[in-house]
Amino acid sequence: MKNTIKKITLAASLVALPFIVSAADSQGGSLMMAATTAVSSAEITGSVPEKLSVSNANVFNRLLKKEKDPNAAPPDDGYHDPANDATTALQPPKVAYEGLPTTEFGNRVDWVKALDSGKLNPRYDRQDPDVEPFVMDLDIVRPVKASVPDVVFPHKPHTQWLHCSNCHPKIFVPQRLSNQINMSAIILGQKCGVCHGKVSFPPTTKSCKKCHSKEKPANWKPPLSEASVKNPWR
Amino acid sequence: MNANTERTAAWKLALLGVIVWVGATLMPQPAQAEYADVVINNYADAAGMRPVVFPHWYHRIRFRCKVCHADLGFKFKAGGNKITMAKIIDGKFCGACHNGEISWSVENCGMCHSGIPGTPTHIAGSTVQQLVAPAYKALKK
Repeated sequence: MKNTIKKITLAASLVALPFIVSAADSQGGSLMMAATTAVSSAEITGSVPEKLSVSNANVFNRLLKKEKDPNAAPPDDGYHDPANDATTALQPPKVAYEGLPTTEFGNRVDWVKALDSGKLNPRYDRQDPDVEPFVMDLDIVRPVKASVPDVVFPHKPHTQWLHCSNCHPKIFVPQRLSNQINMSAIILGQKCGVCHGKVSFPPTTKSCKKCHSKEKPANWKPPLSEASVKNPWR
Repeated sequence: MNANTERTAAWKLALLGVIVWVGATLMPQPAQAEYADVVINNYADAAGMRPVVFPHWYHRIRFRCKVCHADLGFKFKAGGNKITMAKIIDGKFCGACHNGEISWSVENCGMCHSGIPGTPTHIAGSTVQQLVAPAYKALKK
């Protein structure tokens, strides 16, 4: 009698085993979910869960800003007020960008390529859609002191979009080698940075070679720092 | 009895998970406006209107830079044009097109004045905002 009871309980537990396991799984799942959500909420608030790091100062990627959806629709982009009735009437960028060539930075759209391929043909005149832009095809090579490739400035894509007077003579003196430009100035919004880094493609580690595109000669060596050359004890 | 307490513990954990998840989704997300969108808040907040969010990408698809920045005289500077509604209804700046002829007219207040109140004048996603340390100190008054 006792044996049969044992057998029955064994059978019952065997039948019940998958359910128990699945229940445990779902429990584990909810725990995992709780853990991951705790991490994401910590990212948002800037606090760090104790278990993830030795101390709060030693968090991985402490200063790296996490990018969310780069082409969010107006109600979700954190800039437009969702309480404003007209916000939902605004066109979402993703709808407009469909079929346009993509890049990894800025709007994630290659605007120059879009224009060249004919997928975009924005007006050059406010009212007349038939006015053709005054395009000048002239490349300017700018030697660079550092070991990165030299800069080639192409007038063509710039004149396709802009007018000469937009840059000359206020931002750039229209004379070769008479403009002092450096990356710090650009990043802070001067010279090329008046547009690049604000509205046209930004200087990022992925876009360096869009401007720095002319390789240095094969025998080129970086100039030595004078302070080191003068030091006999180095 | 023991199994019962375990089960309630599991339920509590599951409930906690759900609460944390709901809380995390309801938390305010970091701002991620479209690159080059310009927030213009020279006078809007002070006048009790939402700040203007100007979508550069939307206008770029339809007009080349030259139209606004050469023909209409928009300076390359967020908030640098000192645009007011008085200038717009006189056909200057936005009013050159937003006049009911080339584009919709000024009575559609909320189409431009759509920003979250209190947002300062700046360009969304600019390189200065990507810097880990501030580029310059805030001015003391």
